[in-house]
Amino acid sequence: MIRVMLPAHLRTLANVNGEVKVDVTGQPTQRLVLDALEASYPRLRGTIRDHVTKQRRPFIRFFACERDLSLEPPDTPLPAAVASGAEPLLVVGAMAGG
Amino acid sequence: MSKVRLLVGTRKGAFVLTSDGKRQQWEIDGPHFAGWEIYHVKGSPVDPDRLYASQTSGWFGQLIQRSNDGGKTWEPVGNQFAYDGVPGTHQWYDGTPHPWEFKRVWHLEPSLNDPDTIFAGVEDAALFRSSDGGQSWHELPGLRGHGSGPHWQPGAGGMCLHTIILDPRDPKRIFVAISAAGAFRTDDSGKTWRPINRGLKSEQIPDPNAEVGHCVHRIAMHSSRPNVLFMQKHWDVMRSDDAGESWREVSGNLPTDFGFPIEVHAHEPETIYVVPIKSDSEHFPLEGKLRVYRSRTGGNEWEALTKGLPQSDCYVNVLRDASSVDSLDTCGIYFGTTGGQVYASANAGDSWAPIVRDLPPVLSVEAQTLA
Repeated sequence: MIRVMLPAHLRTLANVNGEVKVDVTGQPTQRLVLDALEASYPRLRGTIRDHVTKQRRPFIRFFACERDLSLEPPDTPLPAAVASGAEPLLVVGAMAGG
Repeated sequence: MSKVRLLVGTRKGAFVLTSDGKRQQWEIDGPHFAGWEIYHVKGSPVDPDRLYASQTSGWFGQLIQRSNDGGKTWEPVGNQFAYDGVPGTHQWYDGTPHPWEFKRVWHLEPSLNDPDTIFAGVEDAALFRSSDGGQSWHELPGLRGHGSGPHWQPGAGGMCLHTIILDPRDPKRIFVAISAAGAFRTDDSGKTWRPINRGLKSEQIPDPNAEVGHCVHRIAMHSSRPNVLFMQKHWDVMRSDDAGESWREVSGNLPTDFGFPIEVHAHEPETIYVVPIKSDSEHFPLEGKLRVYRSRTGGNEWEALTKGLPQSDCYVNVLRDASSVDSLDTCGIYFGTTGGQVYASANAGDSWAPIVRDLPPVLSVEAQTLA
């Protein structure tokens, strides 16, 4: 069970409160978690990463365990604490604009 | 009794404003999609409770929202706008080739006869169509594939397709306008397109009479005369009497002919409205006076409409999609400002009053006349 914390606008869009939980098979990676997230909440498709290229949108960041994982390759295993459910994967809207 | 519903898109959400036919008292509902930029909201002419909204964000990209109950409830529909084939390049601001990249939907134009069919004008400029209520979108690539496409260049606001006009008499004919490429027309339902910019003159480009490259801000048509088009260009108010084959300037006695929106009276095809703005470098009304100008002669002879509008210290702008008319017997006209005011006139512009003063900057206003 992977815990994911979405930014407020995406929680509203997905119609959820607080963290969401998704299951992935095998070693969790950004790609697998986002695949599972979009499967559970199709409204999020295209809002975190591109529909086709699956590239992270420029102003979206991924944080976990006090680390910025945004530039990690999408198939890199997530930290063990995220994989175990001890820590959430934070999907963050970058501080920019007003 | 008739009602009017205004669909207002702003920088921070959508608002639905409703009134009875007197148009004196208004209910304000919103914000819907709070915090998101709502570029445009528009209803189907054949099912006015079917609304579509373009919801966009620099962080989270593009969403399309659909309502089946006049804006009380909404559901997101398809948001995948993929260019057909290899996207290719257009010119960047510095003249270098730049790949076509989808950024947002500027304008939504529902079909005149099918509530599930809708067109979307997007940045980088292209035209998309959905025939399943917005669930899936497909580009009409003949427009972007027109031979001039690689030479299109963005205006200051981006390379957006912002105007879509469906010909009520010829379902195969569509007009579009792109900043800063110009106006285009198809006569075969979007398969092929050609520029319709003859007569436009833009001193800001290397060849002022070029086939493409003109910064058209908005085009308006009266449904009873689909061959007559009125255009607010970057500078110049223009008119065509031959479906865009040729244009002539009708700026006449306007104090400045820069501006964004242009509207046609619902019942008088020769009565048109513009909101003159000082210049392209000073996007606010001349002399701090917010004035709508009306021509009852299809251009050239203009009168200032000021009653009820601020006539000092007003430095707002009125954007290209931020005006609309209703079709009640005494035509109502509406516009929203970048200062968050929405003004209404229930008497064709003779006098005005604000419906609301403190919304976020207004991007679009669409009026619906409801039975």
